[in-house]
Amino acid sequence: MTDLIQGLYSEGEKIADTKAPAGPIDKKWTQRKFDAKLVNPANRRKLDVIVVGTGLAGGAGAATLGEAGYNVKAFCYQDSPRRAHSIAAQGGINAAKNYKGDGDSIHRLFYDTVKGGDYRSRETNVYRLAEVSADIIDQCVAQGVPFAREYGGLLDNRSFGGVQVSRTFYARGQTGQQLLIGAYQALERQIAAGTVEMFTRHEMLEVIVVDGKARGIIARDMVTGEIETHLADAVVLASGGYGNVFFLSTNAMGCNVTAAWRAHRKGAYFGNPCYTQIHPTCIPQHGDKQSKLTLMSESLRNDGRIWVPKRAEDCDKDPRQIPEEDRDYYLERIYPSFGNLVPRDIASRQAKNMCDEGRGVGPAVVELQEDGSEREVRRGVYLDFAEAISRMGKDAVSAKYGNLFDMYERITGDNPYETPMRIYPAVHYTMGGLWVDYDLQSSIPGLFVTGEANFSDHGANRLGASALMQGLADGYFVMPNTIRNYLADGPFDKLDESHPAVQEARQSVESRVERFLTMGGTRSADSYHKELGRIMWEYCGMERTEEGLKKAIGMIRDLREDFWTNLRVPGQGRELNQSLEKAGRVADFLELGELMCIDALHRRESCGGHFRAESQTEDGEALRHDDEFAYVAAWEFAGDGDGRMSAPVLHKEDLVYEFIELKQRSYK
Amino acid sequence: MNLTLKIWRQAGPQAKGSMETYQVTDISEDMSFLEMLDVLNEDLTERGEEPVAFDSDCREGICGMCGLMISGHAHGPEVTTTCQLHMRSFRDGETITIEPWRADAFPVIKDLVVDRSSFDRIIQAGGFISANTGAAPEAHSVPVPKPLADRAFESAACIGCGACVAACPNASGMLFMGAKITHLGSLPQGQPERWARVQNMVATHDAEGFGGCTNIGECSAACPKEIPLDVISTLNSDLRKSRSQRH
Amino acid sequence: MKISMALAGLLFVFYVLMHMYGNLKLLFGQKAFDDYAHHLRTLGEPILPYSGFLWLFRLLLITALLVHVGFALHLWSKANRARSSRYVVKKAVAATVSSKMMRWGGIALLLFLVFHLIHFTILKPNFNSGETVVEGSPYSLVVAAFKLWWVVAIYLLAMIALGMHLHHGVWSAAQTLGLTQTAKSRATAKALGVLVALVVAVGFAIPPLAILFKIVGN
Repeated sequence: MTDLIQGLYSEGEKIADTKAPAGPIDKKWTQRKFDAKLVNPANRRKLDVIVVGTGLAGGAGAATLGEAGYNVKAFCYQDSPRRAHSIAAQGGINAAKNYKGDGDSIHRLFYDTVKGGDYRSRETNVYRLAEVSADIIDQCVAQGVPFAREYGGLLDNRSFGGVQVSRTFYARGQTGQQLLIGAYQALERQIAAGTVEMFTRHEMLEVIVVDGKARGIIARDMVTGEIETHLADAVVLASGGYGNVFFLSTNAMGCNVTAAWRAHRKGAYFGNPCYTQIHPTCIPQHGDKQSKLTLMSESLRNDGRIWVPKRAEDCDKDPRQIPEEDRDYYLERIYPSFGNLVPRDIASRQAKNMCDEGRGVGPAVVELQEDGSEREVRRGVYLDFAEAISRMGKDAVSAKYGNLFDMYERITGDNPYETPMRIYPAVHYTMGGLWVDYDLQSSIPGLFVTGEANFSDHGANRLGASALMQGLADGYFVMPNTIRNYLADGPFDKLDESHPAVQEARQSVESRVERFLTMGGTRSADSYHKELGRIMWEYCGMERTEEGLKKAIGMIRDLREDFWTNLRVPGQGRELNQSLEKAGRVADFLELGELMCIDALHRRESCGGHFRAESQTEDGEALRHDDEFAYVAAWEFAGDGDGRMSAPVLHKEDLVYEFIELKQRSYK
Repeated sequence: MNLTLKIWRQAGPQAKGSMETYQVTDISEDMSFLEMLDVLNEDLTERGEEPVAFDSDCREGICGMCGLMISGHAHGPEVTTTCQLHMRSFRDGETITIEPWRADAFPVIKDLVVDRSSFDRIIQAGGFISANTGAAPEAHSVPVPKPLADRAFESAACIGCGACVAACPNASGMLFMGAKITHLGSLPQGQPERWARVQNMVATHDAEGFGGCTNIGECSAACPKEIPLDVISTLNSDLRKSRSQRH
Repeated sequence: MKISMALAGLLFVFYVLMHMYGNLKLLFGQKAFDDYAHHLRTLGEPILPYSGFLWLFRLLLITALLVHVGFALHLWSKANRARSSRYVVKKAVAATVSSKMMRWGGIALLLFLVFHLIHFTILKPNFNSGETVVEGSPYSLVVAAFKLWWVVAIYLLAMIALGMHLHHGVWSAAQTLGLTQTAKSRATAKALGVLVALVVAVGFAIPPLAILFKIVGN
């Protein structure tokens, strides 16, 4: 291990994925499925598997493992698996079906995803994702997912940001909901069949690691407050992303990093934590009491045109009074071939640039500058449907986007048929997550990580309609096939709750809960969360600088120290206590935030959603440094004490591109 | 704006509850209803009192986790979810009554939080199409006529929030159940289990303690996804036909 | 179960329509009405004995009534059990007055039915001392009764209750039988409910009013 670098981290040994078999890329997955050991059906019911999280990845995974005959315990913090935030995805799911005959193929989906991710993802994983994508559509249709259809009764497709083919399957603006309900129903069927035992309103607070293997979890029953021990032969985390570290995001209120972070603290490496996706088409913030941001499907960019006034002095005018020649359709101007359909990271950053230049629209809000001064900035750009309405007619626009227009009007009180919508980017998805190998196994044997919770398939930027694809690919098709290779060696030694490692995990959870309740400070967990969010958004958001990140690390450390002395959690432990739930989640976000900043600081290049101001081309585009940074940053937790986390250890996994040539991304 | 809130407080499932009165001030009309409650809770926490427990998650009107009875209306005066209700729907100085969903099939856990797991158990009874992973035929092998696909989609828009039960004078879950019966029963894939599905779901619905439907229509009027009453008719029709089907 | 209730209800819809039709014969004078009443008793003769059809039909109606009321009470108690703690504030959005009055209105109708049977079928008391009732002439019984304003008032109130019950009942039966699976058929069933309610209530109200205002029966 190296000495401390920049006083913040040290570098350990390189790591590599050892599970993907050699050979041509289109044969690897078949080979791996063949190589993976089998578990005979009679033995499956003797094997216990815990699945944490029941969104697309977890719900599909738990159902599939149940169907196979394993003894599954599934956990979610919501009151029903049907509530998981996968439900909020609007736009669609990609699949290389080539139903439109427009030249799509597995290889093209693979290529688009790697390029969209700015060449920071692992080729083997992405190829497999593209390969199983078609099976997902078959599976969902068989379950009764009501995808949009054409008059001939066949499935309809549309195109989505960052690609030039129509491969996105959708169910109006509720694709995520329909896919999740499909997985939920499959899961409920297994619950009825007795293969899956469901624990709703349960939050995982610790992973149990015995002899280096994941053997269970400690969970809190959020209704009774009881701390429970659940033992198993393997644990699957499908607990989603950590976008809520920014407080304001498009994530659900309950989305949190606790399950993943607890696993990280027990030895699971955290991959690329700084890769966050800022979605370009969200409704701008309205005030400081706001609890979340609302996304509108990126499909709006198919027909809406994005612009700002050419001159700053026009910014407070009624947009309808600004003549065509005084408008700057900046995406169409800068990226003539992709126009408004450039990938999300580019659309977001350009919106920020326009507002930074003083050409944003909407109400001006006071912002803290990096030098400590304040200035008023308008944070919004227009998304205009006037041209689409005159071209297609109001009815056609309404048929396509009616529900989104209604949602916009309900939230803002403005009618988008009359005046252009105002949009601004918001934190939406985290490409980073627990590091996994080709088998989706983390660096802790027996701990598998699926869906948004892992780092695996999207590199530094995720393309639209790919999250649903990845969640279901992992849940239905990948993890159930790879976990059997691990489980074939089980059942592992019988564990007792009195085992010292189990006891230690349980006691650490109990003492943490106790500490929250007895701290007796003055500030709510929410107030800390908001403050952390502001730091993260300012310094680790759409644009990052060395100076800003260093400052943020200091601020987060101070905030964390204050949190652990001045927090107030009302109520008791043995009851439904939402303040207590929040406290635990914020405590983990306060640690994660620091790691994100360290990761962002160490990666002195721009790639995808990670934009370092120091690394850009002459015309302001992200500039990668493949010679130095073509690797996955997998961070190892190095312990903590006195409220300070020890400097984490960086393990690099080199990204080797055998099948795709590394290029500077261009959408011009 | 400033508001008076009368909120149901109940310490636990067995505890006796009562209405308590609170004041909130400086509420912006752009805030959502739940953000207004966040402000109240922040205030209560600062004063050392226990915040009001209520459910919410996505806060964009799709997960179905939130649900409050607001001055006698399920999800409040607009046709939307509680989280998508904004304060511009209220007047300055107004008194707002906030209660949990009340139905014996949805017992109160604490304050405004109720247990809707009875809905999950209705789905377990048959609200699915049995299609094991990996066993699915090619998606285009069975075309679905667009009108059927559209009807399935409209019914599938249900978010399982429970407003239909909350608003129903009989506390019946027929709209929820009818939506699922219609969704799956409209599709060719849902035919093999169609008759068993309706019988088992209705039996579970009744066993869970929901009331019977008397076709009043409050459910559909309260539904944030505007599921029409005709899904109940479809359920009734399927239930009638199921008696003479072999399954 | 609810299907039986709906079918029983529809039987009553059929019955009240026939009953109303018979009542309207009153407008054509004593002979028309009394012949009609007599004919009902000889219907089906000689296969059936005198009044045989009438008793069979009455039996059917009594069974239907038991089914209808029995299931209604069952639904009512189920609803009470399904919400044992009530809302402090609850407002109706879609409910019509008719739908809200189904239960209490139904009880009112049941009480009226008892009164009506005693009045015209079982005891046949003559409340009107000023008129003599001719034995064997239902016409004179009816005319005597409806010359009293308060008897007319009771019957008119009952017809309002019946109209409301039918207004919701016809639509509700259609919905329960699964006949309203589209927005259009739903609207048709609701319109039919209004139509049946109006026809029955108005049709029944005409003879008593005609007697009260001395258009017939003098």
